[in-house]
Amino acid sequence: MTLREIKELLDAEVLVGQNQMDKEVKSAFVADLMSDVLAFATAGSLLITGLTNPQVVRTADVLDIAAIIMGRGKRPSPETFQLAEELKIPLLTTKYILFEISGRLYAKGIRGCIEKVGSK
Amino acid sequence: MRVDEKPIYEGTFTVTGGNFDNAGEVSSNIKSVLKRIGLSGDVVRKASLVAYESEINIVSYARKGMIRLRVVPDCILIEAIDEGQGIADIELAMQPGYSTATERIREMGFGAGMGLCNIKSFSDTFLISSEVGKGTHLKMIIKTNHSSLNS
Repeated sequence: MTLREIKELLDAEVLVGQNQMDKEVKSAFVADLMSDVLAFATAGSLLITGLTNPQVVRTADVLDIAAIIMGRGKRPSPETFQLAEELKIPLLTTKYILFEISGRLYAKGIRGCIEKVGSK
Repeated sequence: MRVDEKPIYEGTFTVTGGNFDNAGEVSSNIKSVLKRIGLSGDVVRKASLVAYESEINIVSYARKGMIRLRVVPDCILIEAIDEGQGIADIELAMQPGYSTATERIREMGFGAGMGLCNIKSFSDTFLISSEVGKGTHLKMIIKTNHSSLNS
């Protein structure tokens, strides 16, 4: 799916990366714990989270995450927004809760970047 | 792995304890350096991740510290050296889920007792030494893939 299709599907607002909407993604990881994101998320995946601090963007940068989706109406802090712009990491926000985001994306063919831990 | 070979890159980055707003900046810089050298994406990600968790640890638990980066053709050496409280029981600190993190650290999405485990699992060699009241020294080696080097 392209980020544009994901934006439509999730009725999301694009805060950073309007010019990267053609980017394709196939997998995702959902967590509010950045250490788990670092342990399990893979390059090119979507990061779906409810956290809004700059470390979300730093984590995404370290892992070459394709885009960040903040769920349940969360919006980035000004520092987070600025950092995402600086590092050119697309940042979207949606009012859907993380379960709904995951379900909607799964139904359209997006899969977890790993299925189970230990199966990397 | 021959860490003592002539380095392609050598640098030291200062990390300030308690500076949560900028936590991760040093790792972003390290990532840029490694990318510029022309290492493969996978190697760059592993090394950045190891640097990032180490940086978060220094910011979270130490007064000050530094991350030393040394790149030789065979491997990347990352050292995180801090002046701080140190770790009394290293075996316990290495256990997944064990943490002494404050609320501030948890707000950032860290402090779940995964940091040292992550650092160890993404490194090819991992050494840790610590002295209570003095500080902690981490030494990590990540193998590079020779063919991934442009030079």
